[in-house]
Amino acid sequence: MEALDTLLLSRIQFAANISFHILFPTITIALGWVLLFFRLRFARTRDEKWMAAYRFWVKIFALSFAMGVVSGITMSFQFGTNWPGFMETVGNIAGPLLAYEVLTAFFLEAAFVGIMLFGFSRVPAWLHITATALVAFGTTLSTFWIIVLNSWMHTPQGFEMIDGVAHATDWWAIVFNPSMPYRFAHMVLASFLTVAFLVAGVSAFRWIIGDRSREVRAMLKTGVSIAALLIPVQIFMGDMHGLNTLEYQPQKVAAIEGNWETGPNVPLLLFALPDEAARENRFELGIPNGASMILTHHADGIVPGLNDFVAADGTPLHPPVAPVFWSFRVMVGTGLAMLALSWGAVFFMWRRRHLHDGRIPGHRMAVEGLPKPLLWALVPMAFSGWVATLAGWYTTEIGRQPWLVSGVMTTDMAVADVPAPMVAGTLAIYLAIYAALLIAYVGVIAYLARKAARGDDAPGNSMTHSGKAQVVALNPAE
Amino acid sequence: MPDFSTPADWLPWAFASLMGLSILVYVVLDGFDLGVGILFPLADPEEQDRMIGSIGPFWDANETWLVLAVGLLLVAFPTAHGMILSTLYLPVFAMLIGLILRGVAFEFRAKARSRHKVRWNRLFFAGSLITALAQGFMLGLYIMGLEKTVETYLFATLTALCLAAGYGFIGATWLVHKTTRHLQIKALQWARRSLWAVIAGVGAVSMATPLVSDRIFGKWFSFPEILWLAPLPAVSGALIAALWIMLRRMPFAGDRWNWLPFATASVIFAAAYLGLAYSFYPYVVPERLTIYEAAAAPESLMIILVGACFVVPVIIAYSILAYVIFRGKATELRYY
Repeated sequence: MEALDTLLLSRIQFAANISFHILFPTITIALGWVLLFFRLRFARTRDEKWMAAYRFWVKIFALSFAMGVVSGITMSFQFGTNWPGFMETVGNIAGPLLAYEVLTAFFLEAAFVGIMLFGFSRVPAWLHITATALVAFGTTLSTFWIIVLNSWMHTPQGFEMIDGVAHATDWWAIVFNPSMPYRFAHMVLASFLTVAFLVAGVSAFRWIIGDRSREVRAMLKTGVSIAALLIPVQIFMGDMHGLNTLEYQPQKVAAIEGNWETGPNVPLLLFALPDEAARENRFELGIPNGASMILTHHADGIVPGLNDFVAADGTPLHPPVAPVFWSFRVMVGTGLAMLALSWGAVFFMWRRRHLHDGRIPGHRMAVEGLPKPLLWALVPMAFSGWVATLAGWYTTEIGRQPWLVSGVMTTDMAVADVPAPMVAGTLAIYLAIYAALLIAYVGVIAYLARKAARGDDAPGNSMTHSGKAQVVALNPAE
Repeated sequence: MPDFSTPADWLPWAFASLMGLSILVYVVLDGFDLGVGILFPLADPEEQDRMIGSIGPFWDANETWLVLAVGLLLVAFPTAHGMILSTLYLPVFAMLIGLILRGVAFEFRAKARSRHKVRWNRLFFAGSLITALAQGFMLGLYIMGLEKTVETYLFATLTALCLAAGYGFIGATWLVHKTTRHLQIKALQWARRSLWAVIAGVGAVSMATPLVSDRIFGKWFSFPEILWLAPLPAVSGALIAALWIMLRRMPFAGDRWNWLPFATASVIFAAAYLGLAYSFYPYVVPERLTIYEAAAAPESLMIILVGACFVVPVIIAYSILAYVIFRGKATELRYY
């Protein structure tokens, strides 16, 4: 019992740490490129609004980057403190991948982020642009290596087991393992969508509280446009990823569909309460043949069932069904909301483009065209990317259970022999700190948005002396 | 001396050296920015902003050396990584909490409402101190062979305090280099006071290490090793004495040599570290597991080493570039 408790608590702790961590890379991966876009627009047009957008978002980038770095350091220690068996078994493969991540990406970001944040007036423009580009490239490269390792855990190949330890035989096969391209594209797109909605949501918030500046228009249009462009690509990519999962991890797809028996004409369940004890669903509501259509493109296509993945003694060899089933629906539901909202916003801004009060020729969209409810809906959607990303990761990672590395080792083989109360204690403190930091993070973004909306964001307010500047600028109403 | 005839013989040694170098670079670089955090409450708000300005562009990259060091331990010596870190579960946890708090407080203090700034300042100090104490505690337990008894905990407490003060010391010497006028005078005073802790810390570790293990005692106090080892403590002693005199006479006219205390402190840290490395070699888990026993498969290590040979020089080059760009006295950090 003791071992089981430590296992479950360690899993929750790892899930908590990595969930908290991924929130911030999800923002910095794409925000780096968006900042590069703002910076290049400024270099090209010399229009101050792009630099104002850059200055505003670079602060949020700095904050997110710091949160990502410190929570990432936690991750590198977690392997040793809680999961020593992982590296002992597959260290020969995971090790070089992690090492390449740190060597090629982590240092690149960390060294150039200083120049990117504080170097604008210290270095020539080309170097500042290069630093911004290198940081964006570094975050993406970092994503690549981490996704390679993660994908290898889902679809391992290119290795042989010698005395219970994995040895690499083909590095090319390890890096380009079957699920890697889909997972990498899916994650990078997820990051861009997260940032697109964050930029759009925060700009909508600034607009609502009365900010009519040119940068807020530019930011809102940029955010909504990126979202509208990429969400169909993401839905397509998600579908491809799903088909790849069907091929390599059918038990995960069975859990996603909530399908117990392998067979044709499987419905797409919109709602169900999967009951693992009874091995059936309660309160099913579905579209006939839907799952078969999506997965095989035929109404009578065969969809794998969970009952195929049970050991002779009755132990399930498939993931827990309900969490996978529901995480998937949260992800898809959020994605559909993103689709509706971004396309709706682009449509209204385009249809009423003449409303642009500047009447500048060539404007294809006007923020004034957005109906109030749509504008208001964008604000809570600012963090919708987080919801979808976490739900997606829960789907795929819980969906990998009971395996840690598919077919190679199960999760319980890796856990450390640390007393359960100790894990429980540290977990409680992590959770408390993470909750407080998340509140502070969202609070600071809202505060920065309010401050910028009041026009206090212009050059002259330095970072270190902002304490003083703010006292003067504080609204008496606050 | 180790036998270097096959890759399986020299790869563990190469990785131990690389890991050792990362830890040393980490201790010096993050040492100074953690130290600046530890000295934080001693300064007034105006000075605090300047102190932040002196470490702002660097701290991210400095902490990355810790990730590299732990990463190398993880990838090159996986068994040792598990053994050491699960034994040090709670101090590692404390250090991580400390690193999280100081890292985020650093950003939040500049961006949050001004009435919240004091709270983030306190967290920045607390995070820096907790990190330093936890690292010192781990160092002490490691020296004591990862044994958990009352005596080893007492020793670990001593090294915790000494390392925190040592970081404060190297942080103060950094500030001597990066600041001017009143703050520089203050930093000199902090450096003079915390120099005592460095002497105590280096002394305690130097005396304890050979006493804990006969093997280490033998490595240091046998003939002829003692002859070529003697310069290490001698040079350290001379440098500490030089610092002692220097710190009493600074700042020199025209603020010349303001970088010398930091450079000297770095050399002292490096000398102490080299001594430790010599004592523990070839063990990675003291007296239990050597680097040769703990090493990962040679094929995997080779793959990493090839990459490292190309990448590490580049990392060093652009890290130096960052220090060159932000050289000179600390100014306000500006995002434009």
